[in-house]
Amino acid sequence: MSFAVELIISVLLIIGGLFVLVGSIGLLRLQDIYVRLHAPTKATTLGLGSVLIGSMVYMYHQQGFLSINELLITLFLVITAPVTAHILAKAAMHSKANILERTRNQHLVENARKQLPPEQNDQQGEKKD
Amino acid sequence: MNTLSRVFPMPVHSVMLLIVWLMINSSIGFGHILLGAILGIAIPLLCAPLRVPQPAIKKPIKALLYILLVLKDIVVANIQVAFLVMGPLRRINPGFVAVPLDLPDELPITVLASTVTMTPGTVSGEVSKDKKWLYVHVLDMPENEQEVIDLIKQRYESRVKEIFGC
Repeated sequence: MSFAVELIISVLLIIGGLFVLVGSIGLLRLQDIYVRLHAPTKATTLGLGSVLIGSMVYMYHQQGFLSINELLITLFLVITAPVTAHILAKAAMHSKANILERTRNQHLVENARKQLPPEQNDQQGEKKD
Repeated sequence: MNTLSRVFPMPVHSVMLLIVWLMINSSIGFGHILLGAILGIAIPLLCAPLRVPQPAIKKPIKALLYILLVLKDIVVANIQVAFLVMGPLRRINPGFVAVPLDLPDELPITVLASTVTMTPGTVSGEVSKDKKWLYVHVLDMPENEQEVIDLIKQRYESRVKEIFGC
């Protein structure tokens, strides 16, 4: 394997590892569940994305043809990641999870939980701002 | 015709299942094709009663461009979120936003909600029962929350609307 290919694969793996690490650190550091949701759902997309691209480059170099499994993994990931995040956010709203105090528009959670549209009064209040 | 549609209630899905099955096994041996064909017939038969009719994609090229745009946004905004997460936490100002929706059907709303979740900085939480409002949690809200709503509406919703032709 030539040096250039090894370099590309290594860089991709390191970038991927870094983003997954940032996602995990975010999960640890951030304060409430809604903010925490952001870190892992995002880091996995870009982090795992670059790991998978690295894997594809490696397999292409080893076998001479593009391995399709990585594409499938990406597809399944992209389809399932938003759904899990959505369900987690929904579950947090329904179990009335603690919300960071400085979160704005906290009254919207109550309406969201009941799947009602936001109240008209709030709308006018927002427009005045 | 009737019996054909009874055996294959979702012909496109049957073909897709067969292709995905072959891709997973990365082989086109007879055994895999046979097993994939059986799965391709059996799974749609089981799932057909659960199906809700959905609008078709009217503009495939626009859909492809949309996917590329979202991919680009994922990369750009991922880096922003990474810096936000690693920096001082006091700088993060989260907030909720209700985004008014103009999309009539469930599939376009699902696509939009998934895009909102995939693009870092926003997670979609809930859709109101009348399908007119999408509740979104924003990681770092700008001073004027209308900016977030306008971004989602102009950048993503208008394109989703075009793709599904509604």
